[in-house]
Amino acid sequence: MLDIKKYLRLSKLPHIWCPGCGNGSVVRALIMAVDKLGLSKDEIVLFTGIGCSARTNVIVDFNTIQTTHGRTLAFATGFKLMRPDMKVIVITGDGDGAAIGGNHLIHAARRNIDITTILINNSIYGMTGGQYSPLSPQGTYATTAPYGNIEPSFDICKLVEAAGATFIARSTVYHIQLTADLIAKAIAHKGFSFIEVVSQCPVGYGRRNRMRTPYEMLMWQKEHAVLVQQAQRYSLEEMKDKFLIGELFVNKEKREYTELYEELRRKLAEGGEG
Amino acid sequence: MSLKEDVRFMQGNEAIAEAAILAGVRFFAGYPITPATEIAEMMALRMPQVGGVFIQMEDEIASIAAVIGASMAGFKAMTATSGPGFTLMQENLGYATIVDIPCVIVDVQRGGPSTGLPTLPAQGDVMQARWGTHGDHPIVVLCPATVQEAFELTIEAFNISELIRNPVILLSDAVVGHVREKVTLPDPSRIRIVNRRVTNLPPEQYKPFAAGPDGVPDFAYRGKGYRYHVTSNVHDEEGFPATYNHKVANELIRRLHKKIEFYRKEITYYKTYRVEDSDVLIVAYGCTARSAKDAVNMLREGGIRAGLLQLQTLWPFPGEVVEGYAKRAKVVVVPEMNMGQLVGEVERCICRKAVRINRVDGKMISPWEIVDAIKEVFSHA
Repeated sequence: MLDIKKYLRLSKLPHIWCPGCGNGSVVRALIMAVDKLGLSKDEIVLFTGIGCSARTNVIVDFNTIQTTHGRTLAFATGFKLMRPDMKVIVITGDGDGAAIGGNHLIHAARRNIDITTILINNSIYGMTGGQYSPLSPQGTYATTAPYGNIEPSFDICKLVEAAGATFIARSTVYHIQLTADLIAKAIAHKGFSFIEVVSQCPVGYGRRNRMRTPYEMLMWQKEHAVLVQQAQRYSLEEMKDKFLIGELFVNKEKREYTELYEELRRKLAEGGEG
Repeated sequence: MSLKEDVRFMQGNEAIAEAAILAGVRFFAGYPITPATEIAEMMALRMPQVGGVFIQMEDEIASIAAVIGASMAGFKAMTATSGPGFTLMQENLGYATIVDIPCVIVDVQRGGPSTGLPTLPAQGDVMQARWGTHGDHPIVVLCPATVQEAFELTIEAFNISELIRNPVILLSDAVVGHVREKVTLPDPSRIRIVNRRVTNLPPEQYKPFAAGPDGVPDFAYRGKGYRYHVTSNVHDEEGFPATYNHKVANELIRRLHKKIEFYRKEITYYKTYRVEDSDVLIVAYGCTARSAKDAVNMLREGGIRAGLLQLQTLWPFPGEVVEGYAKRAKVVVVPEMNMGQLVGEVERCICRKAVRINRVDGKMISPWEIVDAIKEVFSHA
């Protein structure tokens, strides 16, 4: 049995999220993953940035560092290079990770540095009250898209894959066990690992987009997510408004960044050319 | 055991890199920018040799973020840039100040605003170094005039940074960065090195932002049971957000400033030249101080008793020092390669007008310009 309290800072509860928010479920999935892997709380450093997703690390009893908006992966890169022995995890959001932090996400993926990034995608800027993000679908409504969002969104998993990450997965808050399993795999993976967790924001997003209740939003996740192993059962037409969940991409060949740097230092110490 | 001094012919940027390594830096993150790039190039070569890490980041925002991340891991870390890159670093610089994280940022100044005069010297970042990031925050800015000073002040920048757990800016310029001069490197055993204070409390008693009378909290390395929280929001002594606790907010911001006031004397560096009987006091800093020194000699040859107060610590502004040396001077002169940034501070402290000499065309202020400006004043007297 998972003793979830062991991993929480109980004095920091209740959390500050709105009723129906998916963030708490993602925290639970992370704890399930850490417990499954048998990691100690001391060896985990959980970095966040700014936004609702950034509040996840207030309530968990790991080494926790909240940084500036979007820059989390750059902070985490400096930390990981000096402490490669620690498990560095980043929780970000669709605004924090895909908009203001997009450049750092690309380059952390390219370097294939051993950091696990969990991007909670609730399709909206929640903390500031419901503005559209680069992952808000075209045509949806937000406080800054009162006539409907005319901007196309993009597939953040494909972006991270093209940039060079070596473990990429997607899940939802509805599929919480799958989310936990994928986070565990991502943490165990040596290299840059990335999980997009499709989540719900009933207050900032749902009520402006004909999904008033958390239940409706979770049902939307259930109905629109297709497990990657079952994708061939659907026609291209049927897949149009659906998205894939599961392990999307794994590359075990590409070398990890901190290992390459260590190898360079070793060669120099032995008097080689580096 | 004999002490070994090492005399070398070095570029300013090179001296900064070597001094940083002697000071114990083991992490450098940077992004190419003229006229600071040589520091990154030196660090790319040297860091892996000394067991450290060099990384070229995707921009200056990421560079300082990585530096702060490395310092949070417990290591001395630095970056080097110029005006435009320094502007990009400002938000994360503020972050470092509110979470008490030491680091050193070298700004090798060039002409601005924007790309302005990208390869030419200027002193236009004096106020950016002080007020570039938003909100009230403590900052220390050191300014070298020679390669020797670049070497010495780099070591002091790290020492101060570790002592007060705050970012320190080394405000160099394209002249000091690129000039080659004789430098005497002291025997490493004679170099004073300061390391951040580490807690001796067990994890359950440790409060990461609790401080003694000097306002500086003790550091704790991660991975050994100290699982504390760090946030850029206003936070309590345990590190947790306390955004609606006005008392905590007030105490935190005042504690951050107390660090500077407590150590003000120790972090104030300046030099004087022929000030004992001076009727004219030239207050100068950085490359302009080089010309000012020559101007003092030229003026004295012409019968005007001039002296130089060279400020090496620009921020916190050494007001009492300026006030003291200006007391007997009839005329105070402030030459700067900007439209007049530090002169306002000087005038505020001496309670009268100073003679301004300003140049913003990418050329150094020459000794003759200073001499002429002062002679002009005396001709009207």
